[in-house]
Amino acid sequence: MTTLVYIIAYLGIVFFLIAVAARFVFWSRMPMHLRWELYPVAHEGGGRAAYGGSYLEESDWWQKKRQVSLLGELKVMVPEILFLVALREHNPKLWTRSFPFHFGLYLVAAATILMMVGGVVAAVMPASIAGPVARVLAILVPLFGAAGLVLGLLGAIGLYQRRASRDMRDYTAPADFFNLIFFVVAFGIALLTFLLVDRDFSLVSGFVANLVTFNLVPLVGGGAAAILLLLSVVLLSFLVAYIPTTHMSHFVGKYFAYHSIRWKDEPNLRGGDQEATIHELLNQPISWSAPHIRGDGKKTWLEAATEEPEEPPK
Amino acid sequence: MKEPQSVKDIAKNSGEPLARIEALEQIPLPPPFDKIDEEPPFAQLTDEEREKFVVLDDTIAVNIVKPESKEEEDRLVKGFLSGLEKLMTVEDNWTFLQPFEMSMEHCAHCQTCSDACPIYEESGENELYRPMYRSEILRRIYFKYVKKASTKVHGDIDLNWEVVARLIELSYRCNLCRRCAQTCPIGVDNALLSREIRKIASMEMGIVPKELHADGSVLQLKVGSSTGMTPLVVKDNIEFIDEDTAERTGIEIETPWDVQGADILLIHNAGEIMAWPENPGAFATVFEAAGLSWTLSSEIVAYDGINYGVWYDDVQFARVAVKHASAARDLGVKKIVLGECGHAHKALTVIADKILTGDLNIPRESSMVTLRDIIRSGKLKLDPSRNDFPVTLHDPCNLVRLMGIVSPQREILEAILPPGRFREMTPHGVENYCCGGGSGFAIMSGHNFSDWRHRLTGRKKFRQILEAFQDEPMDIEHPKYLCAPCSNCKGQIRDIIAYYDAWEKAGIYYGGLVELIVNAMVDVQPGFIDWEWH
Repeated sequence: MTTLVYIIAYLGIVFFLIAVAARFVFWSRMPMHLRWELYPVAHEGGGRAAYGGSYLEESDWWQKKRQVSLLGELKVMVPEILFLVALREHNPKLWTRSFPFHFGLYLVAAATILMMVGGVVAAVMPASIAGPVARVLAILVPLFGAAGLVLGLLGAIGLYQRRASRDMRDYTAPADFFNLIFFVVAFGIALLTFLLVDRDFSLVSGFVANLVTFNLVPLVGGGAAAILLLLSVVLLSFLVAYIPTTHMSHFVGKYFAYHSIRWKDEPNLRGGDQEATIHELLNQPISWSAPHIRGDGKKTWLEAATEEPEEPPK
Repeated sequence: MKEPQSVKDIAKNSGEPLARIEALEQIPLPPPFDKIDEEPPFAQLTDEEREKFVVLDDTIAVNIVKPESKEEEDRLVKGFLSGLEKLMTVEDNWTFLQPFEMSMEHCAHCQTCSDACPIYEESGENELYRPMYRSEILRRIYFKYVKKASTKVHGDIDLNWEVVARLIELSYRCNLCRRCAQTCPIGVDNALLSREIRKIASMEMGIVPKELHADGSVLQLKVGSSTGMTPLVVKDNIEFIDEDTAERTGIEIETPWDVQGADILLIHNAGEIMAWPENPGAFATVFEAAGLSWTLSSEIVAYDGINYGVWYDDVQFARVAVKHASAARDLGVKKIVLGECGHAHKALTVIADKILTGDLNIPRESSMVTLRDIIRSGKLKLDPSRNDFPVTLHDPCNLVRLMGIVSPQREILEAILPPGRFREMTPHGVENYCCGGGSGFAIMSGHNFSDWRHRLTGRKKFRQILEAFQDEPMDIEHPKYLCAPCSNCKGQIRDIIAYYDAWEKAGIYYGGLVELIVNAMVDVQPGFIDWEWH
């Protein structure tokens, strides 16, 4: 039984990583598109990002070195990821639900990573190092884990309630409700496990340590406590595997929405390295059927853009 | 207020409009237009119009004739699905594939976009105009009928000819200002989806408002300008403008044409030449006074900076952009400078950036930047006291939110206005509101469409303008200047000022930026801005 749960946990993590990687590859392989940026662009240098300005405010900008600020980008990205700043600014009502939900996920993920680190340290480090690390983790893991589960659970309930409200109900598919119920159940049982049988997270820490050291032994103690813990692990493993198959994978998409679209302001300079890609794309065949295009699957964009146009449709 | 109760209502086979706006339910404007029952009348569609065309709400933009047979109905549905499939391919839609897929896949339906949309707000939050309403219809069609995905996951919708026709019509209820996209926590872009729907209609089905296509980009490509001006006519008109400007300024000018090897090819929106001749006249005055090496081109298309394809059709867009660049290449200029036209700026500078290569890749610069540099150079003697009247600035979406050109126009105003005369709108800069004429609306006036845009799309901007001047006496004795450095914005603002009679009742006048510069030039006779309502 315990071995099966270990396997489920491995599969959950592996599936998550593969699915996220697949999403990442999908978005990164998209062809170059026409520029469609939106200002402010966070990496814009010269103090312009603060008011939404761009390098296009400079005369002869094509002859000058662009000022790009990684720090400026991080100053926007990090608060956005951690605190959902855009949502707080533009939709505070939803932020009160969405922020605890997302921050709860971060804390649970952080607790899990800390437990993994603890397992590895305990296995490979001498006691002089492993001991102090374990003492620190014994404080941080329950703190992050419990706070994360409480925030995540409250957030999921709040988001469910918001989705059921009049102005959002019609835009909510059954799967959206299912997703949130899934979170409520998985986080709820994990929280129950913490409250009833694993106040110091030692049981789950032991399980995670076994997982990262491939020591697939039964849990210490067994009984109802073990069953509750294993049930939590199974539910959380399925949840982890499920997330990237849904639109909840927007954490991957959002990266590309910002870096490949909203902030993608790199100009195509004459003789630059973008021109070869553009030539390739302009030679794609088009099949648009309207009378002024008459794409036949052979005519290319280049030909369509340079031919004499047809008469307008009557 | 009549409004759809559900996304699925778009498929209702009722023959009735899905939404109606009752003027009395709108939020009153600031004084002196705060009496809602005294607002100008909103022309209604006639019974004949409702009988003939697909009617979505109180107006008609696209003129889709109701199908008369099952075959015609099926053709609409098949054409739409065929176009939607093409949007998903690299071959047919590399131009916007990633932004399109991103907005289809990742919407969390959080409704943050709704609060950002001035049309939704000014409609009294009518469901039909919620930015996500049309996106959700497209998304459900996409998942159910193209990707064959579960409706339990992505939501359900029926698909019939009325859905297609209404959705196309609905794509012309969005200004494409992308304010909604700016606030989306994930990066979903409802305005882009409106444009993609327009692309399906135009590029696959041949359905487009005639003002944009037949009378717009097609005419421009055929005769040279959507105004109908041929090269001969445009030269005649500019000659007249030169004479008129010289009379007003006391400075002789002769606009240069087709000067080989000039530094700058200046491209105006030809609408300026027809409707606001003082604008090209002012440009010529400033450029000549600054001693620039510049020229206009009399090549077909190159004397009209408009590119309506940017609103509805990637192929038409590319055709016009290539013509603009070709003219610059043939003249051997160092750069193209775009006159006061927001969409021309964005079209040629930003969007065409990934189309123009090699010798067509001529650098493009905003006239806001060129004018700012002239002011900085000190070549013009300026007397700001000549502009001693209240001024506010409209930020054209294309120039500001979509290109990041925010500070040059403000630096110019600071140099040419006396202290304390300039006031910003709230909000402004990249968070501005659209004038209401964006995405082609400013030139669309079929049926009662102009009344509709005055009451809905332009209302937020008009509200902002009135609020900006609330510390001034609101009458014609105290003239105020709304500076709108964009031809389409000026068209919309002219119409809305006329609709509300805001010049007579509140002293609100409008114009471009370069006119204000000339008005402050010491070497020019005083009174270039004549405060004559045209």
